[in-house]
Amino acid sequence: MASEYSYVRTDFLGESPPPARETGAIKWMRENLFSGWLNTILTVLAIYFVVWLVVGVWPWFANGVWDADNLAECRAILDGATGACFAVLSDRWTQMLFGIAYPADGFWRPTLAFILLFPSVAPALFAQYVPRKFLIATALYPFLAYWLIWGGTIMIPIVTLIGLIAAYFAFIRLERASGFFMGLVGGVVAAAIIWYLGGFVTDAMSGFLALPEVASRDMGGFMLNMILGVVCVSLSLPLGIVLALGRQSSMPIIKGICVIFIEFIRGVPLITLLFVANVVLAYFFPPGTNLDLILRVIIMITMFSAAYIAEVIRGGLAALPKGQYEAGDSLGLNYSQAMRLIILPQALKISIPGIVNVAVGLFKDTTLVSVISMFDLVGVIRGPILSSTDWTGVYWEAFGFAALLFFVICYGISQYSQWLERQLQTDHR
Amino acid sequence: MKKTVLFGALTVAGLAAAGAQAATLDDVQARGKLNCGVTTGVPGFGEPDANGVWQGFDVAVCRAVAAAVLGDPMAVEFVPTTGKTRFTALAAGEIDMLARNTTWTFSRDVDLKFEFVGVNYYDGQGFMVPKALGVNSAKELDGATVCIQTGTTTELNLADFFRSNNISYEPVPIETGSEAVQLFTAGSCDVYTTDASALAAQRANFANPGDYVVLPEIVSKEPLGPLVRHGDNEWGDIVRWTLNALITAEELGVTSDNIDELASAPGSNPEVNRLLGTEGTLGEMLGLSADFAKNAISAGGNYGEIFANNIGESTNIGLARGLNAQWTEGGLIYSPPFR
Repeated sequence: MASEYSYVRTDFLGESPPPARETGAIKWMRENLFSGWLNTILTVLAIYFVVWLVVGVWPWFANGVWDADNLAECRAILDGATGACFAVLSDRWTQMLFGIAYPADGFWRPTLAFILLFPSVAPALFAQYVPRKFLIATALYPFLAYWLIWGGTIMIPIVTLIGLIAAYFAFIRLERASGFFMGLVGGVVAAAIIWYLGGFVTDAMSGFLALPEVASRDMGGFMLNMILGVVCVSLSLPLGIVLALGRQSSMPIIKGICVIFIEFIRGVPLITLLFVANVVLAYFFPPGTNLDLILRVIIMITMFSAAYIAEVIRGGLAALPKGQYEAGDSLGLNYSQAMRLIILPQALKISIPGIVNVAVGLFKDTTLVSVISMFDLVGVIRGPILSSTDWTGVYWEAFGFAALLFFVICYGISQYSQWLERQLQTDHR
Repeated sequence: MKKTVLFGALTVAGLAAAGAQAATLDDVQARGKLNCGVTTGVPGFGEPDANGVWQGFDVAVCRAVAAAVLGDPMAVEFVPTTGKTRFTALAAGEIDMLARNTTWTFSRDVDLKFEFVGVNYYDGQGFMVPKALGVNSAKELDGATVCIQTGTTTELNLADFFRSNNISYEPVPIETGSEAVQLFTAGSCDVYTTDASALAAQRANFANPGDYVVLPEIVSKEPLGPLVRHGDNEWGDIVRWTLNALITAEELGVTSDNIDELASAPGSNPEVNRLLGTEGTLGEMLGLSADFAKNAISAGGNYGEIFANNIGESTNIGLARGLNAQWTEGGLIYSPPFR
């Protein structure tokens, strides 16, 4: 209908785009970066700082010298320009990764062990996606890794494994027949017998599938950090759970032992425990007797982190409503069933951030062994590399490399834990 | 050492047969390796190269002893120790000898129950300052911040020096030499003090060595030498006379070049003959082979050669012989006679 009112529209205007300042990147920046005069100033300052940092650091990276035999040569190549001397990395990277004494023709062994670590832990870490039967790979991995890294005949880890299996079956049998304690004794005896007999077998077959042996004191570099970190984390988690349950126990002796252990270990700095492991323990053994230093350190670090993990898990246990415990009782479950099926799954889920926190901290704490003159990554840098005639005076390059390695691992652990938390999330928030 | 799986699974070294403390020489020979305690790294004195092979002036003593005892200079297991762990490692028997620029002092010798077998380097504590500070004497350092390695004699000397001159200082304790250098060059402390040899060695690698000066004062005596435990004098004798053999060899002009010729048959100099075992039974008295000194000297040359190759003026470190010249040339290096 044609209108006689010329001022009335009869057709719609086309949709016009929103004003430029209300869309896209501009809107986002206006709202987030320049929403007021204070924020604007801070934004400008921050941008200035970032640019200043990049402009300052970039030439250092770009001019980096990768090929030189010593620091003086690096400086000669740079000829006064700003630039990093990454040549220290190309010259000494094997020392940083494997330590100064690991035989060079054996570098593939720890590397292979490291690569195999990922498929081996996958069944435990990604239980939803990997069939349960692959857990056997996780169980076998420590023995394989030991054989790869330390060398010697493969019979040693095999006999150890057989001993453990024998101990397990002896425990199961005897526990049914005559209770937990007898089971424990039977398991220990069975393992001891197998190991004792196995000693003759391994001595006789010392050349069977043998890799060249590498002594513990020849371990070093990032490999040592990884060994300590992986072993100590995986040992301290079960130990921590046991300690946390022990501390909640109604049996006074068990409770007392757990409380004293936790409080004592938590009250002592890790570095002190390491000095005890390195220095003081040596006085208790007769001269010539030498319990492996790495083993001593693993025991100390494991005890230390187990005490912390125990407290984290105790927090998780305490956070559960009393009703959960009573639910277990009212269903007629015994203690271990109630813990296994009801309490621990919930408590551990709550504890994940705390446990990961301890694990990341523990992994970084493994660098403390450099203080007791073990050549871990930091020890190698502080000792042989920075004190060598060729490379005294190189700091940022070497320590930056160390920081990068640690960051990759720690960030990975952190991402995994966040993923795990999302997977286990059952509430509706 | 019988390895049972019980411990072999847990430990690689495992438990060696406990109990009876045999003589160190027997232990070393049974093991086929000398356990020698060294530093975690001091340029020129002890440092592993890019292949992980230990090099240096102190390391050469270990190699000479290994050559004398086992006939193989490479049969050494080097155990890195820090200033804090070195003495317990030796006392506990983890190492057979310590060659780690360790100062011979009364209390270490007597109270800690060690036996210093000699001196392989006469050092003294010096001070290094930036030129810009405009200081010409250590006595002008009142109120200075001083980078100092913990657990060393230099720490005590420093306190003594400042106290006796009635001036004050603020210590910045650090663990290793390389950290000290980093802090010092970054300006965290005004003064860096340690043995004069180490000062020279570290300054050589500064970006601008010319910006720093070593002050003229030497405030302490630092006789550095290898040491062993009390209680096994036969072993102490072996290490002592191996070191003396290196020194005597320089005095008598026995070098790694002419040693094979001199040792092939008795020559005209009876002392050289006794030293190299072509005459007399000196090696036998130590419980070693007659050519122990020949092996020791062949390992890295005589004392003078070891000095020149590791820390001498032709190297980066560039130390002059100074006090460490032979006594015949005005230094303090002096070996009792081989007789």
